[in-house]
Amino acid sequence: MIQDETQGEVSVVTARPPRRPEVAPPLPRRAVPRWLRSRTAIAVAMCLPLLLLIGGLIAYPFFYSIYLSMLNKRETAFVGLANFRFLLRRDTFWLVVHNSFLFTLTAVFFKASLGFILALIIHTLPERGQRLWRGIALIPWVMPLALSTLGWWWIFEPTHSALNWILVQLGISPKPWLSEPGWARFATILVNIWYGTPFFLIMYLAGLKSISQELYESSAIDGANAWQRLRYITLPMLKNLIAITMLFSTIVTFANFDIVRVLTRGGPRYSTHLFGTYAFNVGIESGDVPLGAAVALFMFPILAISAFLILRGIQRSQA
Amino acid sequence: MIRSIRARRKLTLVLCYTALAAFMVFFLFPPFYMAITSFKTNQEIESLRGIPFLIQQGVTLKHYRDLFTKTDFLLYFRNTAIVAVLVTLIAMTISVLAAYSLSRLRFFGSVTLGTAIFLTYLVPETLLFIPLFKIVGKLGLLNSKWSLVLVLPTAIVPFCTWMLIGYFGSVPRELDEAALVDGANYLQMLLRVFLPVALPGLVAATMFAFTVSWASFLYPMAFIFSSQEQVLTVGTVTTLIKGDVYHWGGLMAGAVLACLPPVVLYVFLMDYYISGLTAGATKA
Repeated sequence: MIQDETQGEVSVVTARPPRRPEVAPPLPRRAVPRWLRSRTAIAVAMCLPLLLLIGGLIAYPFFYSIYLSMLNKRETAFVGLANFRFLLRRDTFWLVVHNSFLFTLTAVFFKASLGFILALIIHTLPERGQRLWRGIALIPWVMPLALSTLGWWWIFEPTHSALNWILVQLGISPKPWLSEPGWARFATILVNIWYGTPFFLIMYLAGLKSISQELYESSAIDGANAWQRLRYITLPMLKNLIAITMLFSTIVTFANFDIVRVLTRGGPRYSTHLFGTYAFNVGIESGDVPLGAAVALFMFPILAISAFLILRGIQRSQA
Repeated sequence: MIRSIRARRKLTLVLCYTALAAFMVFFLFPPFYMAITSFKTNQEIESLRGIPFLIQQGVTLKHYRDLFTKTDFLLYFRNTAIVAVLVTLIAMTISVLAAYSLSRLRFFGSVTLGTAIFLTYLVPETLLFIPLFKIVGKLGLLNSKWSLVLVLPTAIVPFCTWMLIGYFGSVPRELDEAALVDGANYLQMLLRVFLPVALPGLVAATMFAFTVSWASFLYPMAFIFSSQEQVLTVGTVTTLIKGDVYHWGGLMAGAVLACLPPVVLYVFLMDYYISGLTAGATKA
């Protein structure tokens, strides 16, 4: 039996030190074939539901959407890249591209910066209060986004609501938050910052806690001031974490749907659409499934590049 | 010298708390304002006088009563609860089995599979909802909450598996050996050793699964269009808005109630949840 067990291990090539020989589990000696009892068979069987899920509901739909994007509107004829060419000639589509990048870059920049500042602030506070502040700060991230955006929609309401009331009290003229393209873009980005900053905060706070205190102590002996400690210890130590969280957030922000859908529905005049909401508008609401699939697929290059960089970052930090 | 250090520390703390207070107002204002509005009378919401974030003309529960008696809110709530519980159970079963297999019973290609799982986690819903719309249609599940039970695990399983691999990996190997010596098989080892030892990870993953399925918006928006089968998020956002006059009080009451389950869960399990989310951060 022990031999049987080690045979199952031969195919596994790992960099780990050889394991101590294990005593094989005394499985009942019923008519179960030997290969089925092997470790590999059990391991693969346990992964099977996951493989089916990934294969059937992630990988297959992805390739299926490439196929779909090459059909005509009624899905009766193959049209090659005509849908993609059609989109590239439309001003509306370029507006979506422009706004998606503006939305993503601005929001990720502010989420990362504010998250970092907040993490530094909470890290400075006495230990016992930190847990509470961290806990409260994560509430925007726990609320279902579509519903909290509904709350923001009410806040942005022009005549009866809070934001314009505050502006008026301060002597500033009220703003048409959701009906003017510039302000509507600002509103969608603001909600995204509100929702996403807590995630950066807890990631960076965990990162700060993992930096060895000795580094700061020895730098204090060398006479480093607060700025120097931040510049030469904290930032280099968290470089990888900052890169990974920002890339990860780039993917999630770029692919956002809920905020724009609830707040502006892409309006006014398509000025706040993202790839996701525009794909929904074209593919589901207007019933042109192939064109919608093509819109969504335009996201793929950005997602692939970010994913590649994330993987490289993780491998580097493990090396 | 000592006094000046102390004074500087005090000044730093004052600055920190001031900045923190500003951030907290920003973070908590929307839920606060939603709750306040849901208790206001319609006259007060519509009047242009008064301070918007105070209740000055009396508290009312009318919006909540109307929600239960005049709308399909309870139906949506039930649908969401069914979907969220089932999806959480399915997703956790798949994740636990796979994570156990990948973290302990290594086999040919298991390292590659681990990377592949992480990559699928990065595939967003917005890329998949159109082909899934067609697939759900072909399976005859369009306009049914079962389409969500089928599809939502894709948004959860990759992350939960990835998170659980980390937790299972930290279970000391001596425990497996002890279990094997005692005559446990692999399944017993998972149930009696791994799950109890990795319980914090299990709690974090379960909470993640529940929160994500409760909050799902794009898939029900695309797949479901009848009130009978609708879930809370889409139901609140689309059907509680009637005509041109927005019933802000009712809308906010609906949103507050719909937010409550994940938020309450979070309040109790906060520490597990945060350590689960940041488990990867400290390693990176």
